[in-house]
Amino acid sequence: MVRITYKDVVEAVRQLAVDVAFNLPADVRRAIETAIEAESSPQGREYLEQILENDRLAQREKLPLCQDTGLAVLFVDQGNQVQVAAPAEHPEATLTDAINEGIRAGYEQAYLRKSVVAEPLNERRNTGTNTPAIIHHRWVAGSELTISLLAKGGGAENKSKLAMLKPSDGREGVVDFVLDTLRLAGADACPPFVVGVGIGGDFETVGLLAKRALLRKIDSAHPDKYYRQLENELLGKINALKIGPQGMGGDTTALAVLIETAPCHIASLPVAVNIECHSHRHRSVTLRGGEDG
Amino acid sequence: MAEVVQLRPPLDEEAVRSLHAGQAVLISGPLLTGRDAAHKRLYDLLQAGGELPVDLAGELIYFVGPTPARPGRVIGSAGPTTSSRMDAYSPALLATGLRGMIGKGYRGPGVREALVKYGAVHLAAAGGLGALLGSKITGSEILAYEDLGPEAIRRLVVQDFPAVVAYDAHGKSIYDR
Repeated sequence: MVRITYKDVVEAVRQLAVDVAFNLPADVRRAIETAIEAESSPQGREYLEQILENDRLAQREKLPLCQDTGLAVLFVDQGNQVQVAAPAEHPEATLTDAINEGIRAGYEQAYLRKSVVAEPLNERRNTGTNTPAIIHHRWVAGSELTISLLAKGGGAENKSKLAMLKPSDGREGVVDFVLDTLRLAGADACPPFVVGVGIGGDFETVGLLAKRALLRKIDSAHPDKYYRQLENELLGKINALKIGPQGMGGDTTALAVLIETAPCHIASLPVAVNIECHSHRHRSVTLRGGEDG
Repeated sequence: MAEVVQLRPPLDEEAVRSLHAGQAVLISGPLLTGRDAAHKRLYDLLQAGGELPVDLAGELIYFVGPTPARPGRVIGSAGPTTSSRMDAYSPALLATGLRGMIGKGYRGPGVREALVKYGAVHLAAAGGLGALLGSKITGSEILAYEDLGPEAIRRLVVQDFPAVVAYDAHGKSIYDR
C-alpha cells in the first residue's frame, strides 16, 4: 500500500485551481498561435491576438483569464494501491473532503469568483466557496493518484447537448447533431471552441465521455484511425460554419474536436457534445506517495 | 476599419439611434452591472409595481459578475456573460429608460423589438477576455443586492472600454448573415 496524505491532496488541488485560472494551457496557446496564421478575417485575427494578450496580462497582473473562473470539475484516477490517509484530527475525512477543501482554499486565496449555488431552482443561494466541486472518481491499477481539473465556465457548458440517436442515424447523424449544437452555440459560448464529443455508453455515461474527452491534449491524435478521421471531418465542418472568433465571422470556430467512445446497447447510439470556450482551462497532477511500512 | 465611436454615458435616445450594427465603440464613464439574479429581482419588482433600487434612465447595464478585487485593486477580471439569459427581463427594463446593454452573444426577437421601440442598443464585449476588460475599469462600488455576491448591482467607471454595436435601434444586427 502507498500512502498519500489528506494534506497533500488539498495542496495539489489548491495549486491546480490557481494555476488553471491565470495561465492558458500550453496546448491551447499553441493552437491559438497556429490559428492566427491561418485566419483570413482581420477582425478574427485581432480577437485571436487578444486571447494571447489577455493571457500575458493575466499572468503579469494576477488577474484571472476570465471572470467566470468556473465550476470545478475533477477527474480522479486512484491507483488500487493508493490509500489517502485522513488527518489524525479528522479521521473520518474523505478524498472528497480533501478535494473540496483544496478548491475552497484556491478560490479564496487567489481571488477567484465563487460561482456555485447551493440549490438549483428555489433560492439559488451562492455557497460562497465555489464548492461542492463535481468529482468523477475511478479506480485504476497502480500506485499513483492522478487528479485532473477542468474549470468549466457556464457560458460554454450551457450550450452543450446530449441526444439518444438511433443506430441507423449512423455517422451522418452524429455529424449533424454535433454541427447543429455548434451552430446554436455560436457567439454565446466564446468561440473558438474546444469540442468534446462522447459517443456510446448510455444516457449518463455519454455526457461524461464528452467531458472526459476534453482532458486529452488538443494537439494529440486519436489512437483509433476511424475516430481520428471523424475528428478531422468534424473540425473541418465546424470551421466551415464560419462562426469565427467571438462569433463575428472567420475561419477559426473550433481549435479541436476530441472524441471519446464506449460500448453501448444494440438499440442505442448516444451522443453528447460538451463545449469548451477558448481558454479551455485544464490541468493534471499525479501524486506518488510514500510506502506504508 | 471604420472610425471608432466614443461613447460617454449616460446616453440620450438621439446618441443611441445614431449607432449602427458593426460599429466599434470605446466607452468612457459610468456603467451599471447586473446579471441573472439581479435582473430577476428588478423584473419581479417591476411586475409587482415596486420602485427599483437604482434609476436605469440613460444607463448602460453591463452583464458581468467580476472576480473579487485583490488588495489595492479596483476590481478583478470582468468580461461579459451570455446576454440571452437576460432576454426574459430586458424588455421590461428598457421600458423604464435603460439605454443599452453590454454582453456577449445573441439576443432574441423580443429584445430586438424593444431596442427599436425604445431607442436602445446592445453592445458586444469580447467574451473570455476578463483580464483585458477588467483593466479598463477604474471605479467600482456596490449599489444594491450585496447579498448576491458576484451578482450584485455595481456602479462601475470605465475608461476606453472596447465593444461593438451588436444590435442597433434600427433592427439590425452584426450577427445577421
